[in-house]
Amino acid sequence: MGDSQYSFSLTTFSPSGKLVQIEHALTAVGSGQTSLGIKAANGVVIATEKKLPSILVDETSVQKIQALTPNIGVVYSGMGPDFRVLVRKSRKQAQQYFRLYKEHIPVTQLVRETAAVMQEFTQSGGVRPFGVSLLIAGYDDNGPQLYQVDPSGSYFSWKASAMGKNVSNAKTFLEKRYTEDMELDDAIHTAILTLKEGYEGQISSNNIEIGIIRPDREFKVLSPSEIKDFLEEVE
Amino acid sequence: MVGKNCFAIASDRRLGVQLQTIATDFQRVFKIHDKLYIGLSGLATDAQTLYQRLVFRHKLYQLREERDMKPETFASLVSAMLYERRFGPYFCQPVIAGLGENDEPFICTMDCIGAKELAKDFVVSGTSSESLYGACESMYKPNMEPEELFETVSQALMASVDRDCLAGWGGHVFIVTPTEVQERVVKGRMD
Repeated sequence: MGDSQYSFSLTTFSPSGKLVQIEHALTAVGSGQTSLGIKAANGVVIATEKKLPSILVDETSVQKIQALTPNIGVVYSGMGPDFRVLVRKSRKQAQQYFRLYKEHIPVTQLVRETAAVMQEFTQSGGVRPFGVSLLIAGYDDNGPQLYQVDPSGSYFSWKASAMGKNVSNAKTFLEKRYTEDMELDDAIHTAILTLKEGYEGQISSNNIEIGIIRPDREFKVLSPSEIKDFLEEVE
Repeated sequence: MVGKNCFAIASDRRLGVQLQTIATDFQRVFKIHDKLYIGLSGLATDAQTLYQRLVFRHKLYQLREERDMKPETFASLVSAMLYERRFGPYFCQPVIAGLGENDEPFICTMDCIGAKELAKDFVVSGTSSESLYGACESMYKPNMEPEELFETVSQALMASVDRDCLAGWGGHVFIVTPTEVQERVVKGRMD
């Protein structure tokens, strides 16, 4: 990656032992729109704010939550275009795995490979780290799983997590509300309440996006009318 | 050959170069993990190299995914690896046998460029394959217990390789059940 004049990495260590570019990338993530994920006993829910720059933008054309495979979905905080590139690469890796083994890729393997791509961009010539943190939600033979992947390429498994603008309030809220044996529908309500906490303005079915995966192992993004039903239940 | 909650995989023991016999104890059936075996007939050097490459891939898979490969997954992997060499193939026909989910027996064979052929009863490969098809077809019964399966497989193998001048010098039979593996050497016509 990078052309011949930049065969050295732009991400270099500072005297204190930090990779400053990655710190800056995390700042970019921290100023992105809030997103969160909750792992329930029987599924996973991921959600994000969908604040558009103007009312003239066609909100149906914007999809922040994407499926990587039929049973794995992803949401991000940070730079949208970087997210699109990662989604494309991850989908390709998932399909390559399937072509080789005729078996769907386990969630941990896909997370590992995506994280490896993100790490590559912190150590290759002429490229910058990705300005996104991802929340990858999936359901496979090991049950429901939720992973966060950072611009550095490190990944963690979470029971519930948040990223973006309102991260500390959202995480405190989640810590209070999370229980080990939560059902998926409760988790969806909690997710909506958490988003509501930090939302500037009125939350509605057109300015948030929710993706869920149930034991049927099919990742789906909820339609605005489905979101409306959950919103009404929460009110 | 498939039995009741078990399978058998067997081979002859001759290694030869046309009329000359080089070895009479050549191993052609290899273990991948406790419940997965692969038999490789054809060119001996390709069989050995292919086996080493498959063990390599499987060990990495075990380290990454922290589990053994399922037989169906392994068969897909072998098929993909063989097809990678479509225009300069490995001269081997593999026979794959394993116990899958819930210890369900799984067998398959493929040609040297990876065309998979699944079967519910038996699969064969090698120089005596036509003979083996005949012998297995007539001797096979569904749901055989391990002891009966051993008898049937040994009889079918011996009947076929004894008539084939390029195969023989006894047989090597593995009977694999969910709890144990029995390995036995069968004595046939030693020529």
